[in-house]
Amino acid sequence: MANQSTKTPVNVGLFATCLVDLFRPTVGFAAAQLIENTGCTVHVPEQTCCGQPAYNSGDSRHARQIARAVIEIFEDYDYVVVPSGSCGGMIAVHYPALLADDPDWSRRARALAAKTFELTAFLADVMKIDSLDADYDGTATYHDACAGLRELKVRDQPRELLASVENLQLTEMDETEACCGFGGTFCVKYGEISTDIVSRKTANVVKTGADLLLAGDLGCLLNIAGRLKREGSSVQVRHVAEVLAGMTDQIPAIGETAPEISGKTNGG
Amino acid sequence: MEFMKPGAFKDNARHALADENLRTAMTMLNAGMIPNRQGAVDRLPEFEKLSQQGRELKDHVLGHLDYYLERFERNCTAAGGHVHWCSTPEDARQAVLEICRSVDAKSVTKGKSMIAEEIHLNDFLEKHHIEPVETDLGEYIIQLAEEPPSHIIGPAIHKTKDQVSDLFLKHHAKLGRTERQTEPPAMVNEAREILRQKYFDADVGITGANYLIAETGSSIIVTNEGNGDLTQTLPKIHIVVTSLEKVVPTLEDATTFLRILARSATGQEFSAYTTISTGPRRADDVDGPSEYHVILLDNGRSAMLGSEVQDMLRCIRCGACMNHCPVYQSVGGHTYGTVYVGPMGAVLSPALLGVAETKHLPCASTMCGRCEEVCPVSIPLPRLLRQWREKQFEAGDGPSLERWGLSIWAFFATRPWLYDLGARMAMRGLAYLGRGKGRLSKLWFAGGWTDGRDLPAPEGQTFQERWRRQQRERALS
Repeated sequence: MANQSTKTPVNVGLFATCLVDLFRPTVGFAAAQLIENTGCTVHVPEQTCCGQPAYNSGDSRHARQIARAVIEIFEDYDYVVVPSGSCGGMIAVHYPALLADDPDWSRRARALAAKTFELTAFLADVMKIDSLDADYDGTATYHDACAGLRELKVRDQPRELLASVENLQLTEMDETEACCGFGGTFCVKYGEISTDIVSRKTANVVKTGADLLLAGDLGCLLNIAGRLKREGSSVQVRHVAEVLAGMTDQIPAIGETAPEISGKTNGG
Repeated sequence: MEFMKPGAFKDNARHALADENLRTAMTMLNAGMIPNRQGAVDRLPEFEKLSQQGRELKDHVLGHLDYYLERFERNCTAAGGHVHWCSTPEDARQAVLEICRSVDAKSVTKGKSMIAEEIHLNDFLEKHHIEPVETDLGEYIIQLAEEPPSHIIGPAIHKTKDQVSDLFLKHHAKLGRTERQTEPPAMVNEAREILRQKYFDADVGITGANYLIAETGSSIIVTNEGNGDLTQTLPKIHIVVTSLEKVVPTLEDATTFLRILARSATGQEFSAYTTISTGPRRADDVDGPSEYHVILLDNGRSAMLGSEVQDMLRCIRCGACMNHCPVYQSVGGHTYGTVYVGPMGAVLSPALLGVAETKHLPCASTMCGRCEEVCPVSIPLPRLLRQWREKQFEAGDGPSLERWGLSIWAFFATRPWLYDLGARMAMRGLAYLGRGKGRLSKLWFAGGWTDGRDLPAPEGQTFQERWRRQQRERALS
């Protein structure tokens, strides 16, 4: 759809997600760079959250209020790109359902949904990217985050993109489509069950022998990284965008510090 | 035995997570069920089409339930059967008791029936001095253990082989079986030999029904052990304990479901025994009961018609949703404290027992959506779980601390400038706490997280803060 040869620039609104905004800004910059490399102009309007915590807690009044705010902020861009299948699914699948009873908002929600894409789906399906300027010397395994996989059908796109990263080997884990146990507020409300679920995931990660775990959702990544670190595992965890954008040198893996920084700490 | 209640879900879960036998049993379940189902589905190219047909059929029946039920009753009666309409579990239990008393029954054999579990029939019969004998192997095991089922198709799935060996030895020793059997075929044979005489002794046989056929007035059961056939043909009376939504228009329609049921449930192409019963024994039949009764339970189902959770009535009780549920895989069925467990139980139980009684069930889900993905009749289970969460929220049922936290969060999330300020401060604080290691191993307000995991530390500044600074710098340069 997007034609890079036309004069009008394609304007992409980057919905960074609150977890990226708060915990891992580098993912936002990686996403912005990947989108800019396709010739689009990236915009980051002032934003908060997609509303999932309210929506999944049964607080549909606040969820609707936030959905309307997000629609107002993002509806004028040509595309909305989200480095998360979960928040992307919220906008693309759940906003229209949430606002279905209001004809005007329903129309606006559906219009926004139609141009909202998870990052790797945007790059692979919309922008048809088939090469990247990225290098990672190592073996990675990819976790299919639930909402991206089931609501947005993101499965092949990240793998196709990873295939064009120089020197990167991709190895699949068992039960790659099984939930990691994050589940938004679930991981705190039912922490012990969540820990048990993520332990099955980390066991499958470790079994692959990969030195890097990738996924497209920061919630899952914080969860899996947190468990791997607690288990004392050396497997590194990163958002797939960091690898695709070739930014792994710029920031330590999730839950880690750069060797020289920890060296300083030890020395001090 | 007093068993766990749904209100104690969290305690039940803690107990389950520490139960090594349960963990062994669940690991076996996880390793077998998922690939078995996938294989069986892959081997049937038209699975998706049948599944779609099944969904449409169920929706059609639910839209005309009164018509098909009355048709079923007419045809069942014409074949010599009796239909008992029961609004509540109490009505259903009384109906069963009256039938049992009509032949002065001392013992009844039972094929597997979730409706019998739903109405807690065994306890009731025992109280009235009628011995219920479970003939399905799984049900027999949990009857000996005095436990409720932990899975709708594999009631004893939570038990290891060793536990069953011990249980059989304990209960069968007094019947002269003093050798502890450890191999499944020998264990099955032992149970069969003990049950054999019970079939002949029983005055009444009770089964469930997977389907009721409106056009013929028949009931269908599927089993893998053949116990259902003996249960319903040998005693004087056959009672089918079932519920409204099991009715389908024709035999042909039932075959659509039979083809997706076994594949979704156990990964079999077809269950070993599919038994169709129509009325009592006819003059030229060589065997069969002399009376055939159908207990038709409502218990809240008709109230689900036209409600937000009507889709749940499509359920064909295959159990695929629980087999694929990460929460069920971790804590097993007893944790739910309800007869129906896993995702389908978490949606159905609030309708049967009330929202307050079952408040944890819809909440204890990661909303991963795998249940909906494997459901052969496409029940939107996550959406239905969310419906119950909305009902809870509207009723103000949630823990007050959580509601308070949520409203504070919503206050920030709807005010970008405030969110920005709060986020900057909070992330700087967290980054400071995680400095040097890149993660936090203890955080007083997030024990649910940090008890089992580290919390990766944030980078420090928020993305929006850094992005805006970068944009300003770009503009200046």
